[in-house]
Amino acid sequence: MFAFIAKRFIQGIFVLLAIYAVTFLLVAATPGSPFSTERAIQPEVLAQIEAFYGYDKPVMERLWVSLTNALSGEFGPSAVYANRSVTDIIAESFPVSIKLGSISLLLALIIGIPAGILAAVKQNTWLDYIPMSSAMVGICLPTFVMGPLLALVFGLLLQMLPVSGWFGPEYVILPSLTLGLYYAAYFARLTRGGMLEMMNQDFVRTARAKGVSESTIVWKHCLKGGLIPAITFLGPALAGIIAGSFVVETIFQIPGLGQWFVRGALNRDDFLILGLTVLFASLIVVMNLLVDIAQVVLNPRVTYD
Amino acid sequence: MKIGQMLRPFILFMMGLALASCGSREREVDKASAEGILLVGNGTEPKTLDPQLATGVPENKIIQALIEGLVSYHPTDSTQVSPGVAESWESNDDYTVWTFNLRDNARWTNGDPVRAQDFVYSWERILTPALGGEYAQLLYVIKGAEAFHTGQTDQFDSVGVRAIDDKTLEVTLEGPTPFFPNMLQHYAFYPVNPTAVEAGGGMTNRQSGWSTLENYVGNGPFVLSKWDTNQLVEVVPNPDYWDADAVKLKGIRFYPIENAKTEETAYKGGRLHITSTVPSEKIPSLKKSMGDQLRIEPYLGTYFYRINVTRKPFDDVRVRRALNLAIDRKLLTDRVLQGGQIPATGFTPPGIEGFQTADAVGFDPAEAKRLLAEAGYRDGRGFPSTEILINTSEAHRKIAEAIQQMWKENLGIDVGIYNQEWKVYLDSQSKLDYDMSRSGWIADYVHPMTFLEIFTSGNGNNDTGWASDEYDRLIGEARVATTEESRLSLLSQAEAIFMKDVPVIPIYWYTRVYLIDPRVKGWSPTLLDNRPYKGVSLEGAPATNAS
Repeated sequence: MFAFIAKRFIQGIFVLLAIYAVTFLLVAATPGSPFSTERAIQPEVLAQIEAFYGYDKPVMERLWVSLTNALSGEFGPSAVYANRSVTDIIAESFPVSIKLGSISLLLALIIGIPAGILAAVKQNTWLDYIPMSSAMVGICLPTFVMGPLLALVFGLLLQMLPVSGWFGPEYVILPSLTLGLYYAAYFARLTRGGMLEMMNQDFVRTARAKGVSESTIVWKHCLKGGLIPAITFLGPALAGIIAGSFVVETIFQIPGLGQWFVRGALNRDDFLILGLTVLFASLIVVMNLLVDIAQVVLNPRVTYD
Repeated sequence: MKIGQMLRPFILFMMGLALASCGSREREVDKASAEGILLVGNGTEPKTLDPQLATGVPENKIIQALIEGLVSYHPTDSTQVSPGVAESWESNDDYTVWTFNLRDNARWTNGDPVRAQDFVYSWERILTPALGGEYAQLLYVIKGAEAFHTGQTDQFDSVGVRAIDDKTLEVTLEGPTPFFPNMLQHYAFYPVNPTAVEAGGGMTNRQSGWSTLENYVGNGPFVLSKWDTNQLVEVVPNPDYWDADAVKLKGIRFYPIENAKTEETAYKGGRLHITSTVPSEKIPSLKKSMGDQLRIEPYLGTYFYRINVTRKPFDDVRVRRALNLAIDRKLLTDRVLQGGQIPATGFTPPGIEGFQTADAVGFDPAEAKRLLAEAGYRDGRGFPSTEILINTSEAHRKIAEAIQQMWKENLGIDVGIYNQEWKVYLDSQSKLDYDMSRSGWIADYVHPMTFLEIFTSGNGNNDTGWASDEYDRLIGEARVATTEESRLSLLSQAEAIFMKDVPVIPIYWYTRVYLIDPRVKGWSPTLLDNRPYKGVSLEGAPATNAS
């Protein structure tokens, strides 16, 4: 197991280095620059600004400097936001995203998994149809519809919860519901599929024939295997929910990471784009590793190789 | 474990939701109104609060609360100036040398008095090329500023600004400029505190740390008290401000809410007194539902299309005129935009005292057709394929599509639309890599010069390839004209030439549309959306919820 983890870890480092280099070169090749301004700026002045941020050097040299700095954990200053380093920006916004993301994910699991199990156990009854059709609606309803809808109902009509902002526990409820319900729908469908597959296996039929009670069949024999699809989805879901909640952050004015992704790209804030890409890539690499380990633990058909 | 048990956390969560509903939430605006704190929607997270590096509207709105220039904004009339750090000023007869008398009781928040030398220091700072201040060019009105800024000399002594003593500042200008005090309202002319700037990393350091929450030193009616990234910036009254008694608010909170719909919901949900904008597609419905809370005010800016006159067929003035005459601007503002925008009849917007607004642009499809035929494209036949460049935005696309349709109907030509991300679009525009390009220009100060001087040949903001000796001559003469009357008349003549040659197609003049709580008092319309916050107050009694 240790060899497996070590191998995957080293692979991950190479993946990250490659992602860094490719992102850097793509950004450098894109037209426009972080220093393009609406108001014309004197060429003499522009040259000084470019020199300040090291843009007067050739691309490969910049890549080398930036990569060696990144390896020591220094992603440089934001080219657009004064007095802020990329590390500062991440340090400020990442905890917010983790908080929103983990609560949403928890909510997604708490709602999605039981709903999926219930639907599988009571297949083709109303206990299956209702959760599954709501899950379908949940998947189809994008967060930019769900978010304003929740804000309208709970914020404006019922006046129970704040419509936006991030100033206390009550501010977390609507955004995490918006994000959580969306992922809950996925988890419900994946769990139902996984459980149904297990319940149609030969060993389950044997168990039934031997007179094992239905609840033992569900909880003891099927649950472990039935959760595998949901667990496989957990990795990308967690990474996506933490880093990719841009829409929800915009709707509810949450100071998380997602907004910086978009802002970095629109402002052509090269250093910020790189820093965030590496962060997101690392998240995915780590999550996938954890999911792989969990797979081996849960699924006897998978081994470490 | 039973299914009911598994669902328990969820049920608890829903019960929590239900419980939360029992106590009706106190609206933040009600609480803040009672406390005298103004809650303002402010667009985006400020990129910096350093007045010499800032460039955007959200930054401007905060800086105005924190720093005061030589002169200040008039509380009700934006064509006038009020005293700021300078209690009085006078010029010589031809408006080329100005003397400002600074008040004795103007202080920085670190206790230093505000001295004339601070302005000399500040203006040297913004004009130093290494700082890279985008608005430094506004200071080119000062003698020798351009040469210093472009590195032709590194002697700041050659620039026409000097401190005669601690409280007297003398400024020598390139030419007669009676509207110089108006220009001084712009934050590019604001002072910074030398001690703080030096401590933060030095005069010309772009990443100087003086403008952070911990280190900020200002001299305005408010001081910075909180800056939570992407959440809010809060300012509270400055007890040492010379006119502290006039400041009525107990604080202002600026919320960076980028999305107009989120901002509207925040307003209706009682989180804001004032929004920065409203979703444009909702203006008609908001007019009905919000009544007086929706305000539509003129804003000194022009929305226009640049034409690349170096490209065929736009090098032919008849083609440009035809395009210009084939746009029904009234239809566009009434039906497409619906935000009270004014159909442009010239380039410089109305509202500038003493300046005759041009009446040079109209809708005349027959004449447009005739001109296009004369240029060799009868009914649009043989017209090359051309495109309108817009920066990515639904609003710009909507307008471009309407114009595309009008040109199709009135001239029989097919024009494409393509969009680029902001920074790429800026690049294309400055490299003249476009056919026609959507643009906007907002006044830096209240004078037609701020609109017309950008189209002189060689000006970095021209971006059309158009040049006219006659136009350059008139603008040059207007710069040095000895009376304001003759200056404005020269500018009118220049605008007439400009509009005859149509290197740009003016489309509409801006308005600012926003929601405002009826409890906010002293918030008068201003042409540049600059706010003299010290005159603003809040009526304590909670108003009824009109939404």
